[in-house]
Amino acid sequence: MNFVEKFFEQTRPKVAKGQKLHWLASTFEAFESFSFVSNKTAKAKGAHFRDAIDSKRAIIVVVIALIPALLFGMYNVGWQHFHSLKDVAMPGFWTIFWYGFLRVLPMIIVSYVVGLFIEFMFAQIRNEEVNEGYLVTGLLIPMICPPTTPLWQLGLAVVFGTLIGKEVFGGTGMNFMNPALVARAFLFFAYPSHMSGDMVWIYDMPEGVTGPTPLGEMLAGAAMPAASVCDMICGFIPGSVGETSLIAILLGAFILLVTGIASWRIMLSIFCGGALMGIIFNLIGANDYMNMPFYYHFLLGGFAFGAVFMATDPVTAAHTNCGKYIYGFLIGIMAVLIRVVNPAYPEGMMLAILLMNVFAPLIDYYVVDANVRRRKKRLVAATNNK
Amino acid sequence: MSKVIKIPKGLDIHLFGEAKKEIKSLSDVSFALKPLDVIGVTPKLLVDVGDKVQVGSPVFYVKQNPKVKFVSPVSGQIVEVKRGAKRVIEEIRITADGLDSAVDFGKQSIAELSGEQIREKMWESGTWALLRQRPYDIIPDADATPEYIIIKGFDSAPLAADYDLLVKGQKAAMQVGIDALKKMTSKPLYLSINKNTGEEIKGLQNVEVLTFEGKHPYGNVSVQSQRIKPINKGMRIWYLTVMDLAAIGRLFLDGKYYAKTIVALTGEEVKNPCYFETTKGINLRKMFEGNVSDKHLRYISGNVLTGTRVESDGYLGYYDTQVTVIEEGDYKEGLGWMMPGFKKFSISKTFLKGFTAFCSKKPVHIDSNIHGGQRAYIFTGDFEKVVPLDIYPMQLVKACLTKDIDRMEELGIYEVDAEDFALCEVIDVSKTDVQAIVRSGLELMREQGL
Repeated sequence: MNFVEKFFEQTRPKVAKGQKLHWLASTFEAFESFSFVSNKTAKAKGAHFRDAIDSKRAIIVVVIALIPALLFGMYNVGWQHFHSLKDVAMPGFWTIFWYGFLRVLPMIIVSYVVGLFIEFMFAQIRNEEVNEGYLVTGLLIPMICPPTTPLWQLGLAVVFGTLIGKEVFGGTGMNFMNPALVARAFLFFAYPSHMSGDMVWIYDMPEGVTGPTPLGEMLAGAAMPAASVCDMICGFIPGSVGETSLIAILLGAFILLVTGIASWRIMLSIFCGGALMGIIFNLIGANDYMNMPFYYHFLLGGFAFGAVFMATDPVTAAHTNCGKYIYGFLIGIMAVLIRVVNPAYPEGMMLAILLMNVFAPLIDYYVVDANVRRRKKRLVAATNNK
Repeated sequence: MSKVIKIPKGLDIHLFGEAKKEIKSLSDVSFALKPLDVIGVTPKLLVDVGDKVQVGSPVFYVKQNPKVKFVSPVSGQIVEVKRGAKRVIEEIRITADGLDSAVDFGKQSIAELSGEQIREKMWESGTWALLRQRPYDIIPDADATPEYIIIKGFDSAPLAADYDLLVKGQKAAMQVGIDALKKMTSKPLYLSINKNTGEEIKGLQNVEVLTFEGKHPYGNVSVQSQRIKPINKGMRIWYLTVMDLAAIGRLFLDGKYYAKTIVALTGEEVKNPCYFETTKGINLRKMFEGNVSDKHLRYISGNVLTGTRVESDGYLGYYDTQVTVIEEGDYKEGLGWMMPGFKKFSISKTFLKGFTAFCSKKPVHIDSNIHGGQRAYIFTGDFEKVVPLDIYPMQLVKACLTKDIDRMEELGIYEVDAEDFALCEVIDVSKTDVQAIVRSGLELMREQGL
């Protein structure tokens, strides 16, 4: 570590204010604080010690939680490819994984390079330290995109998601919509022919074979998804990179919940909301889609992935504990509602989360307002007594 | 039977270096009054360098509150007025002559004094400055009357001094103090104690005794006042500790300013943590000499949550009954944010200690490293775990940051003080100075005359 420390010591004066390389100050700080937790100590007045956690550690936990879904996603991309080649025997595990790995890795690289460039640039303009939040966003974006997404579209989506979803509102912590979902929504609406959500999920250049996702099938009027429940739980279905395997997602959820990084209130209430809406549709039973057992919604598409990784983004979710229940519950309801009733969009999760992101501040406002009104009432009562 | 009030939330942080219950004596010739220890005080000096003072001689009066005087804790000579930026008076240093001559304010029983006379006597003798007002944590206006008064009978901060020990043998004085406050204000007095409080404090008369149960910050005035009667806009309450109460009582019993105090020397880096009987404003160097470890240390007048850093030859803070010594954390840690950190203090379950943080009674090691850089507020719901108040802490902190006066008021700024956010500051993932932010919000409200 010594030579690394020396390097930072020698470089520091060069990025100081007024120096030639000052435009790299935020970048320097980011890499230095990545390598060494700084020697900053508490101020002279106030709390003289701090909790050992910092945002780097918290963020990295989310990244770790995403890894099972990512690894499985890579494998599934390969599996879907070889599966669609009807006349070729299924190759070994590593061949399948390697195929998927090579498809997904460029997406991750593009997402990180483009996104982090913007992030570093804005940190420098604002004279701030670089926030770590993009490490999660940058991994989420490729995971919620179909593996067929052209890299230039992905790059454009990252630019849009980071700029419009986050930086224009003041950067990390100030945004009100999940930047990863903004990027996904951008792709969805800007390139509908590539992203319709019901077809073209399978990566398959030479033959150009496409296959419908289970959600697409349902919307098209199938009685039941073609895939078995077992396949849907394990994740051997066409879909976006990270969203297919319930097992991998639940593994991530376990990590997030045990460490307390993501809110159990939100996750729980999303599943409750989704179940309730699903059951209501089961009771109505007007068509085949409504008759689909309600728990299928958790297995299909991005419901579970959205509930665990997207809706729990603490910045764009409701901030109050009570608000989190309401926020999650409404996401669950909206997601299933959009899926079943809206003919245009097979996947309702993305839109449900974005919609509730917009409403989260309003939910918080009313939750906090109860406290505010109690205080006002008390003041009025006290004044009247006098 | 006193009323029992349970506080459901909070966090006790157990540290090494609790003071043993033995009292040594500590004397020195160097003393100082530090006006900056007291919020909202601009001192107007009544003495010059070279002047002789006695115990109880006025040293300065308060510009904002001119009837209130601060007095010398020792007899001796003013040797220096230390000024900081913009000529703000930081310290008024006094060298003791060892004669202990004191100004005589006259022994009088409370019964023969009127409320107004008690007030005047407290202004003149410097004991008025022992009273503090909420909101804002300032010295109350000289002519004001509070809604009620809270007498703090215990402190719940980490390694806090045992108040029973601090007022041992002072029961009569405390009782006179209560009678004086009662006569002066004719308002309700509440005495807050916990289940460990001894008979001397518990047995005080003419005061409603409330037993609090819970974890820190259940000893904080805001937590207690919200359970007694929440502070509305325009309402003022006072508080003081039992030691201050005894000092007020001694004024009427002895006719002199009572400058003696007992201080707990605590902290992991202290070789022999114990109590010291001494005088207010004393230089702390002799307390530390030969009694601390060789590491790079941080000396704190007060506790680790709200105290003020002092030099190794600094002076005891005006209201402090505790001094803490911990390791200065000015080291770099390679990839520290990734390390398992088995021994590090955290309430986050990304560390092993986080799983037991709320129930463990085992002491933890701490140092002053803040373990990370300042970030935007990302995570939510953490502050709520450690703030047992009927407020939304994160929302209030943000209102303070944006200087939104109306919103601060709506969210209950009057009911809180910076110290209530000390635990938030400790656990904040974003490493912001939450107490300073809340203090700035409170100061803004005070400037508006609210």
